[in-house]
Amino acid sequence: MLRDITLGQYYPASSVLHRLDPRVKLVATLAFIVSLFAFGSVSSYFVATIALAVVIKLSRVPFRFITKGLKAIFILMLITVIFNLFLTPGTPVLEVWKFTITMEGIRTAAFMAIRLIYLIMGSSIMTLTTTPNDLTDGMEKGLGFLKVFHVPVHEIAMMMSIALRFIPILMDETDKIMKAQMARGADFESGNLIQKAKNMVPLLVPLFISAFRRANDLAMAMEARGYHGGEGRTKMHPLEYKKTDKTAYVILLMYLLLMFLTSRYVKIETWLGF
Amino acid sequence: MKIIDGKNLKFEYVKWNEEGQVESSMKAVDGVNLDIEAGDFIAVLGHNGSGKSTLAKHINAILLPTEGSLYVDGKDTRDESKLWEIRQTAGMVFQNPDNQIIGTIVDEDVGFGPENMGIPKEEIWRRVEKSLKAVGMWEYRSHSPNKLSGGQKQRVAIAGVVAMQPKCIVLDEPTAMLDPNGRKEVIQTVRELNRAEKVTVILITHYMEEVIHADKVIVMDKGKVVMQGTPREIFSRVEALKHYRLDVPQVTLLAHELKQSGVDLPEGILTIEELTQALEKCRSGKKLR
Repeated sequence: MLRDITLGQYYPASSVLHRLDPRVKLVATLAFIVSLFAFGSVSSYFVATIALAVVIKLSRVPFRFITKGLKAIFILMLITVIFNLFLTPGTPVLEVWKFTITMEGIRTAAFMAIRLIYLIMGSSIMTLTTTPNDLTDGMEKGLGFLKVFHVPVHEIAMMMSIALRFIPILMDETDKIMKAQMARGADFESGNLIQKAKNMVPLLVPLFISAFRRANDLAMAMEARGYHGGEGRTKMHPLEYKKTDKTAYVILLMYLLLMFLTSRYVKIETWLGF
Repeated sequence: MKIIDGKNLKFEYVKWNEEGQVESSMKAVDGVNLDIEAGDFIAVLGHNGSGKSTLAKHINAILLPTEGSLYVDGKDTRDESKLWEIRQTAGMVFQNPDNQIIGTIVDEDVGFGPENMGIPKEEIWRRVEKSLKAVGMWEYRSHSPNKLSGGQKQRVAIAGVVAMQPKCIVLDEPTAMLDPNGRKEVIQTVRELNRAEKVTVILITHYMEEVIHADKVIVMDKGKVVMQGTPREIFSRVEALKHYRLDVPQVTLLAHELKQSGVDLPEGILTIEELTQALEKCRSGKKLR
């Protein structure tokens, strides 16, 4: 049934990573991605690979779940690699018809590919080990400083969690309306793309009306229960850093330092003769 | 002690046209005097469009009276500075269970009200546990509301209101979208709350079976209160109820029909037991004669 679809791609398991504060995971993912782009050398990628492998091992999420996200960016990756491979000027290695593959081209293409793959894998681990709710909570608290700039952080987080709650309900509703319209002779399958899009109108109009009605009801129910924005609100699951979270931050710092040092002082490229 | 005190309450739905002029207006509530004692179980009956839901929304200060006044626990609903206190005093449960559950997990939803009130974490958890136990949904605390039945969802919604520790709960047709089993669950829960926690209950419904245990029944029609009294008083006037397009419980109707065709029965029979007893009496009385 539609209701059983899991949202996001959370993989339930019990691991250190699952129990970590969502803010730590958000910061670490961001730091990891930045480190991939800031420190580009063979030796630092070696460090990143080890770090990633350790984290994957710790997460207890099967490897195939982590690589799932890679399919989506395969085309993008292919384009980046090809462009970098053929269009980077430098010392030529191979000439194919009008195109020249250069030493520098191979280097940047390989780096780009590694960056993209690690980026996807890194963020996949975060979404696989954090429930959508924890994620919104983490964002609300972690981005709390933005309130100074009048960014409605609490409201955005509230909207996200309400959206998450209503996705299965609206999917159910879509299913119902679709069946009701099919019983009245609506056709959602045949025809070309434009025809199909046109056929969606009898589905979308009632769905929108119902969504608005629900939103109206929900707003009233929230007001009736005393909701008046984030001001003066307490939390039943307040986020508090525990010892493991602090350790995780220390490890993250050490990782970043290691990345910096290796990219600066360990030149595997020169030994290999690049 | 009076918990709700309404005087000459009027509410008008005004429809504006595009130029901003009044196109038409409709008096949904028209001169209602409300007088509800703390701890009572009040049922409000009425046909569709009788203004009962509009009246209910006044008690929670979602709507403000166009004319007249309404005091909830001594606080004027028009006083904006008291708004959140009033909403805390008078909780509200709505018709559609899906559209009033905010949390993605049962206990989170129950905690939503207390969170808004700014209550410390430990107290929230204590209240969540207490109110979920009060409605018999404690075992489902870590479930997703999407996987519960209608009656269970409605009980979670009631728990969400109870967790705010209101003096009064207004239920706006809470059983209208439920199956008979769900209806029974919800009504039992509400009666239990009224009995054990001494919470004032205002139940708005059009199911007659749900009102027979109320302390007082208010019948509304076209925005006005047309009948008021104990269930027995109300249901003894079958003809008047029919006039307001309301049904009486089946047993009461049967007793009424029997009486009309000459059987000597008292007015206002509400339950099957009462009817069998009355018929028994009637038969033995005949034997004696």
